[in-house]
Amino acid sequence: MAELDTSSGGSKKGGKVRSKKQSTRIDLTAMVDLAFLLITFFMLTTTLAKPQAMDLAMPDKDEDKPESKLEIADNRTMTILLGQNNRIEWYMGLVDNPKTPTVDNFGRNGIRKALIEKIKEVRGITGDPKKGLIVLIKPSDKSSYRNLVDILDEMKISDVQTYAIVDITNPEIGLMKRDGIYK
Amino acid sequence: MPRVKVPRKSTAIDMTAMCDVAFLLLTFFILTATARQPEPLPVDTPASTVKIKLPETDVATVTIGQGKIFFGVKGQQIRINMLDRISKRYNLQFTEQEKVRFSVVETFGVPVANLKQFIALSNDERNQEGLQPGIPADSTDNQLHEWILAARYATKELNNKDLRLSIKGDAKEEYPEIKKVIDIFQKQKINKFSLITSLRQAEK
Repeated sequence: MAELDTSSGGSKKGGKVRSKKQSTRIDLTAMVDLAFLLITFFMLTTTLAKPQAMDLAMPDKDEDKPESKLEIADNRTMTILLGQNNRIEWYMGLVDNPKTPTVDNFGRNGIRKALIEKIKEVRGITGDPKKGLIVLIKPSDKSSYRNLVDILDEMKISDVQTYAIVDITNPEIGLMKRDGIYK
Repeated sequence: MPRVKVPRKSTAIDMTAMCDVAFLLLTFFILTATARQPEPLPVDTPASTVKIKLPETDVATVTIGQGKIFFGVKGQQIRINMLDRISKRYNLQFTEQEKVRFSVVETFGVPVANLKQFIALSNDERNQEGLQPGIPADSTDNQLHEWILAARYATKELNNKDLRLSIKGDAKEEYPEIKKVIDIFQKQKINKFSLITSLRQAEK
């Protein structure tokens, strides 16, 4: 290992007394050890992964202005109900006359397929790319926070421009009860 | 035949370069370090694919887990200002020392009545699991509403910016608990906020 070299070129007999020439080499081992120890400490204590933030805008809930409620065409709306045990049910149109109510799962083969299909379908009906699918997300009391984040994530993945989180109504709970995803 | 002598090499290495690199890295880590705060309410955030980072300043976080609600704001000055407002609202008196002690607490979850006791605790005692009962957020005693309001005023006064609210919920938390907090937000006309999620590793 490195050592402190303090030996001079050997003493000469007689002659002038020379000042000893000291070597400039220092043993760096301890210093490097310490530096790496501190690096390890700081690496472990820093939070490298900052939390991700999913932005969410809720519809304005103004009780004083009921006229601000917007009427939308029911052939463009898809309602997604979040039930228990990570199950979801979706239908098109209004709850009194739901078109194709389907019990579905999260993930690629579940709701995402239906979403992509419906986005295409609605674009075909309206013929206007600006008037796309409108998704209403209605989480029930039995659903978990994970379900809510998952469904919002699906909205981002399938690029649904208009979606909102809305309170669930009794007929919809009845619908879920009928299909056995809400007890 | 003379033996071939293998020249013995010195084992001493020049460590200057290694030392340089080590200290460079060390400097980098010291400067970028933000010490990880121990969380009084550990939550398992759900995963999502969004990759937007939460801003560092002017952010308040409402942590929801195990049916408890915790609240935290970034920035010591904002926390002091917020405590001032709360003490006025609930007619409590805090000494300067207590304010400073409160300002270093990132996240807390105690009712206003227990705030004095809470401030007197040491840092380790505070973070014991189950010690903090959460902030009451019922309609009869909605302290979370007051805290959020105070934090918003404080941020506006000190930084002249709007406070960004975020919800950090446990994945298993039931929706009504989340709904309760969202309703409190909406009562203050906060319609835009963030949900804190962890990064989803691989596409399902």
